[in-house]
This record gives sequence, structure tokens and C-alpha cells, in this order.
Amino acid sequence: MSTDLHLIQSMPDSEEMEVSFGPQHPATHGVLRVMVRLDGERILDARPIIGYLHRGTEKLFETMYYNGCVPHTDRLDYTTAAANNQAFVGAVEKLMGVTIPPRAAWIRMMLAEMQRLASHIIWLATHALDIGAMSPFFYTFQERETILDLFEEYCGARLTLNAMRVGGQPLDLPEGWTDRLRVFVDQLPDRIAEWERLLTDNRIWKGRTVGVGVISAADAVNWGLTGPPLRGSGVRWDVRKALPYEGYDQVEFDVPIGQNGDTYDRYLVRMEEMRQSLRILRQCLDRQPDGPVMAKVPKVIKPPKGEVYHSVEGPKGELGFYVVSDGSTQPYRLHVRPSSFINLQVLPELVRGHLVADLIAVIGTLDIVLGEIDR
Amino acid sequence: MTNPWVVYLLVPMVKIVVILGAITLAAAYLSYFERRLVGFLQIRLGPNRVGWQGVLQPIADALKLFSKEDIIPTRAEKLVYLSGPVLIIVPALVVFSVIPFGPPTNLFGLLPQAIPPYLTDINVSVLFVLGVSSFGIYGIILGGWASNNKFSLMGGLRSAAQLISYEVPMGFAIVAVLLMAGSLSLVSIVEAQRQAHVWYVFPGFVAFFIYFICGVAETNRNPFDLPEAEAELVAGFHTEYSGMKFAFYFLAEYANMVVVSSMATVLFFGGWLRPFPSWGWLGFLDVVPPVVWFLAKVAAFLYCYIWFRGTFPRVRFDQLMALGWKVFLPVSLANLMVIGTLIVLFGGGR
Repeated sequence: MSTDLHLIQSMPDSEEMEVSFGPQHPATHGVLRVMVRLDGERILDARPIIGYLHRGTEKLFETMYYNGCVPHTDRLDYTTAAANNQAFVGAVEKLMGVTIPPRAAWIRMMLAEMQRLASHIIWLATHALDIGAMSPFFYTFQERETILDLFEEYCGARLTLNAMRVGGQPLDLPEGWTDRLRVFVDQLPDRIAEWERLLTDNRIWKGRTVGVGVISAADAVNWGLTGPPLRGSGVRWDVRKALPYEGYDQVEFDVPIGQNGDTYDRYLVRMEEMRQSLRILRQCLDRQPDGPVMAKVPKVIKPPKGEVYHSVEGPKGELGFYVVSDGSTQPYRLHVRPSSFINLQVLPELVRGHLVADLIAVIGTLDIVLGEIDR
Repeated sequence: MTNPWVVYLLVPMVKIVVILGAITLAAAYLSYFERRLVGFLQIRLGPNRVGWQGVLQPIADALKLFSKEDIIPTRAEKLVYLSGPVLIIVPALVVFSVIPFGPPTNLFGLLPQAIPPYLTDINVSVLFVLGVSSFGIYGIILGGWASNNKFSLMGGLRSAAQLISYEVPMGFAIVAVLLMAGSLSLVSIVEAQRQAHVWYVFPGFVAFFIYFICGVAETNRNPFDLPEAEAELVAGFHTEYSGMKFAFYFLAEYANMVVVSSMATVLFFGGWLRPFPSWGWLGFLDVVPPVVWFLAKVAAFLYCYIWFRGTFPRVRFDQLMALGWKVFLPVSLANLMVIGTLIVLFGGGR
């Protein structure tokens, strides 16, 4: 913290200007703070300063029963609760060697893909708002509302789902739920086309996103980027395809990639991912198996001594949990591999030499959530 | 009506009061219509609680702003900080002294003789409007600087650069009209359109296009609202202003929108003239008073403003500059040459 104060106080004597964007700033999505060195409108350097939302979640995990950890994973990236649940319970199940019933796996896939849609919808809404297009925010949130309603119907919560347990699913799907989901899945493609009509070929939108925040495929890999920021640069890496979990090896879907690694390509990749998620959801609805939703696991989860890493393809990138167990009822150590945190570190590289407005566009395109970065 | 006290004092005073009141109210209600319209475009309601369908919302807003605590940042340059809102609202309102709302009227026989519904008609009204409205930039740049806030400063600088860049092509676009009309008086320009039997938007479509886009840029409205780009600069030059001082900036922005729309109406859309003023069989349209035609045209432009806001993303600073200097300036110059050549070849101008 002392270095930051030093930065603020030493006002450079030339035309350079230090500006602190955030932690309270309308465009930095939560409490991100970026110290920006400016020459007029041009960015000389940008340094993200994080930690304003630190809650010590990883330490907190060590004091809890395994199933008690699940609600805390909801609060990491609060826009992708289902993916967080999925990654955590997946890790513990891997450690215990439990195979969950097929129906539970398919329900998890459905929830995860719905969550991916919801997360991408929030991303589109805020990204467009940051770039100045106000209306998509309202159009998109209508559809997200339907997803949240379906979540609520399934597990009672809309945002922090707590919808998965070690060993399977706590509940089967309510009656009529799949029909309502099918209605939604059928109507969303039209909506996505509508949003794209507003933005994809818009000259101003293209002017603001094409060639902004470019990162090459090699750099993206070296920086450890995952998710759409990696795929936007043309690297076809998706945990769902590369290391299939649950039923992802039984459904058909494509992994869209970009070419130039700029903000526009990442936008196109995410829009296409929404269509692919719908494709997966349709297959889940058609082919979901019957049967129990919970495997035979003890009431109190007590994994054997050992350690395990399990990751899923979250909406924002690879989301992994590294669990170390000492054979007791609580994790000895639990580490999160957060996609937002690792994607954020590339921010200075992406904005150096660009204009102030591009900083906002790049923060938007990285699609970060501070709850996961600060943990 | 020969008493000089009446002619030179009473009548102008009444006009001033009416015009000022009407413009202030119009600017306030423009914010209401903007919120309702953008609400409509975005499938939501907008303000509909205060009064019938929320029509009292602007009044409630004004009361709220009046009763707000008046904060002056400790490290602000106090005198300049306080003069900012004044410097922006005064030019925005003064411009209306020359805008011709309609032809002389006796208000359906209420007055003994016809008087013009505008304050004055000076022979250089166009220059007057351009000059005075550019003066408002001082309110923005000084207010942004005096706030002693980096975001405000950047907003003020952006705005200054933007205004200067767009003044130039806008001026050339207006010159095209002046060539056709042969006068700098706004009233004469409207009369010239009556005599030419055509609104100048038809021969001067390019000029109109450039004028209106530049007008949007000059009033700092979406998609050119960079000085107050909330995603980047919080609220730009008026970040540190609160209460009535903020309200002045707000009112000035909306008043300037009305100015640009009025000028577009007068210069290109025949001011108070009905559509196709020379077509006799459209004579039944004369039932509508000229002032209503004027206001309807202004309202159409204002709707476009709000429509833009609901549709477009925001351009970037360098793109804005490039558009002004590299596209609009050459195009407006070329347009000027084409129109000048046509007038020399075929007559038509005066």
C-alpha cells in the first residue's frame, strides 16, 4: 500500500498525469482500482490494484465441512455460482473417487450452461454500457431474469445457488421445469440475433473494439489466459473438450475461436459461445437420463488423505480447485485457481499505448469479477 | 402602439419573460421526454410517479436540486468554479433572442397590430448564434479546470477540443445555406426559402447532414458525449458540481439541444413554413399556425437526439477528432464548392 501512496503523491512534473481509476468508479466493475499514468489521453502504464474485496475465503474453507464450503464458493464469482459449485464438488468427488449418477451429471451440465449464458449476458450488458451503448443492458437483462427464475425454481436461490452437493444433486428437477427451460432455449436465439443487430456491424462498435487490446496466441498462452480471452486469440482450448467432465464428452458442441485476439474477436467468441451453450442445453433436454440424483456418500464427507486438482470451463475461463485433505472432515488447504485473477494480470500489456476509453473497453472484455479476484 | 415606452420597453420585456420562461420549461421537460422516450426504447417505464404519467417530474427534480446542499470542493478555484455554471447557461439562453419562432402575428386578433414572436431580428443573426453559443465552452473548460479534479479537467479538455473541431465543418455547412439565401438574418433565410419554393434541405442535403451531426457533437450528446462519458470520466466536467450549479449545466445542455434543433429547422427546414410552401393544393395545412410547424420540426430533431442516445455506442476521442477533421471538413468544403458552382451556373442564389 505504501508504494501506492508514493505514486499518488509524486506528481510528475512533465505532462504526465497519474489518475486513480477506482476503487469507486462507474466502469471498473466492482472495486477494481487501476493506477493509470497518462500522457494526455494516452496510457503510458496501468497497474491494477486489488484486494478491496478480500474476505479470506480460502482460509475460511479450512474451518468448514466439505458441504459447508459450497455456499462459500457461490460468493467467489457471484455471477457464475453454478460453475463454482461444479468445480468444487467435482474436486472433492475426484478425491473420494465417487462417480455421480448420470442424471445428476446432466443436471449439473444444464445448470452450468445456463450459468454460462447468464454470465455472458451480464458481460454483454456491462461491456456495451461501458462503450456507451445503453439499450443492450435492458434488453439482455430481461433474458437473464428468465434464467434466474429457473434457478430459483430449482434451488430457491437466484444468485448464490448452492445447488450442488458432494456426490450428486440435492434435488431432482421440479415438474414442468424442463418445459419452461425449453421455451427459453427456443426463444433466446432470436434475442441474441437482436442484440447482434445492434452491435456486431455497428461502425462505432467496431471502431471501439477492432484492434483494441490485441494479444497474440503465444502471449495469451504465456500469460496463462483461459476462457474467451484465450480463445479470442485463436487457441482452441476448452476444458470441456480437453478434459471432459460430467457428460461433456457425450454432447456435441463447437469451441469458437477468434483470429486477431482483439476485443471484437472476444466479443464474437462469447456471442458464439452463447449459441453453443444453447446447443448443449437442447441436447441435455432431449437426452437427459432418468435415475437417482445422489450417489451413495456418507452424511459427513470425509475424503481420504491426499490432494487433487479439478477444473471446469467456467464462463470466464478455467476455474479450478486444488484440495488437500488430511483425512479429516475439513479441507487441510483449499486453493482456487481463479480465472478472473489470472486474466486480469494481462491488463497493463493490453492497454499500454492505447487511449483512456480503451482501458474501459479492455476491462470489459476481460470480463472480470472482483469477488473471485480478491477471494 | 406608437408610445415608445410600449414599443421599446414593455413589448420586449414581455417577450423576454415569455421566451426565457418557455425555454427553461422546455429544457426541463425535454429531460422528462428524454427519460420517457429512452424508457420506451429500452422496454421500461421511465418516470411515471409524480403527477399524471410523471409530468411533474421536472418540477420535482428542480425542487430537489434547489434544496440540495451546495458543495464547493475545498481545493477548487472558488471564483472560477462559481462562474462556470453562469458562463454556460447565459449564452445558451441568450441565443434564443434571435431564433425566429414564427412570422409576425396579432395572436388571433388579441393585439391591435401584428408583432413578431421573436425578440429581435438582427442582420447577422447566424454569426450571433455561432459566436454566442461557442462562448458556452468557457463554462465547460473553466468549470472543469476549477473543480481541481483530474476527471473534470479531462472532460473539460475533451469538450474544448470537440467544440473547436466541430465548429469548423459546421460553419462551412451553414455557409452553403448562406450562399443560397444571400442573407445572414434568420428571418430572411426563412423568407428566402418561401421565395425559392423549396426547403434548403433538398438542395443542401449534405450540408444539413453535416450540420446536424456536428450539432450533436457540439452539444456533447451521444454518440459524441465524450466529455461526460460516465464509463471513463465519471461525469466529466461537472463531476464536482451539485445542486443548482449542476442544474445549470444540465439545463444548458438541453437548451443547446433546442438551439441546434431550432437552427436546423430555420436553416434547412423552412423555419415556420408548412411543408412545400409553394404547392397550392396543400393550402389546407395553413390551418396549423406557423409557430406549431416550427415547434413540430424542432421536436422531430429533439426526438432524433434521444433516439441516437438509445441506439449508439460512444465513439473514442481520436475517432471523434478524425471524423471532424478528416471527413466532415473536406466534405463540407467540397459541398460548398459544388453549391457555389451550381449557383454561378444556374443562378438561384442571390
